[in-house]
Amino acid sequence: MNTPNHKRPVKPFWPPLVAGIVLGLVLLLTFVLSGHGLGASGAANDLVAGVGLQLAPEATKANGYLGPQVADGSPLGSWMTWEIVGVAIGALFAAFMAGRFRVQLDGERSVGARSRLIKSLAGGFFAGFGARIAGGCTSGIGLSGSAALGVSAFVFLALFFVTGMIVSRLVKGV
Amino acid sequence: MFPLNDNGMISGLLCGILFGYVLENAGFGSPVKLSAQFRLRDWAVFKVMFTAIVVAAVGLWLLRLTGLLKPDSIAVPQAALVAAAVGGALVGAGFAVGGYCPGTSVAGLFSGRIDALVFVVGVITGTAGFAVFYGATLKSLKSAGLIAEGDTFADAYEISDPVMIAILVVALVGVFFVGSWLERRKGGPVTAQEAVEGACPTT
Repeated sequence: MNTPNHKRPVKPFWPPLVAGIVLGLVLLLTFVLSGHGLGASGAANDLVAGVGLQLAPEATKANGYLGPQVADGSPLGSWMTWEIVGVAIGALFAAFMAGRFRVQLDGERSVGARSRLIKSLAGGFFAGFGARIAGGCTSGIGLSGSAALGVSAFVFLALFFVTGMIVSRLVKGV
Repeated sequence: MFPLNDNGMISGLLCGILFGYVLENAGFGSPVKLSAQFRLRDWAVFKVMFTAIVVAAVGLWLLRLTGLLKPDSIAVPQAALVAAAVGGALVGAGFAVGGYCPGTSVAGLFSGRIDALVFVVGVITGTAGFAVFYGATLKSLKSAGLIAEGDTFADAYEISDPVMIAILVVALVGVFFVGSWLERRKGGPVTAQEAVEGACPTT
């Protein structure tokens, strides 16, 4: 474990079919355990509501969107917030074990550091805002909602893909 | 009888650790690999997602068939189709511009990427921005295009689960065939070595 990370050979990614089958089983386990699927943007939502309640309790309680969510106390410590902590642990472990952990500003060489930072921030903002409109993101609606055979999940995925293809031709993100 | 409806810390951590482990191993911590899906060079995003959807959907159907899973017991996103369309478009645009979606940005951050940290900050800011601007307009947009009959294809359009699963299997085979063909034409999927080295001017 003392080997410098860059000396650890870079292992290839799992073949998509293998990764897909394992992800499907993880998703199935999640449904069976919790009654709902996997998610990500919900944790950002709980974080905003929970931190808002700490820093500006009156404004958060009065907010039309966050107010009802904090009526029963802080959503920090919800299943979703623990799940995202788990995602961090799982990804860190996987990256480290496969020699793929590298501190870098990915995209610096292709579009420049300044451009990459602005695009990361803007992209995150669009995704965070959009996820609140749809009630979830690629994980919660696109993946989990589709597995539950929800109609809105397939509408989400279709528009996600078409818009992503168009925008990626107009803007070089990375 | 399932689901256990266990929404505690251990349940969340367990599902999350497994999710994060698979995301990174699939290559989804790399914005180069992720955005190569939109340029049609790397089809891992759709191959992995469609496979996972089919596996989980078949699993849920079998568990219901054998009586192990209560009917109508798992969460289905509400069928507000306009909200799903607008939200999906914004998440897709954010993905193309920023290189991640909310979940994969966490995988990116914990495989060492500073740009992923900035994306996470953006997601939190976008979420807070939504709350700040939440009023009559956003409230009506969130439920726009709602199908009253139900949220699943079975309830909304009377398309039974096995038929939907069969359609998904056909789509899955299509994604693998078309995807692999385009991957071969466009220089092949992004390898782990390329992903770790980061985006370069030619990618």
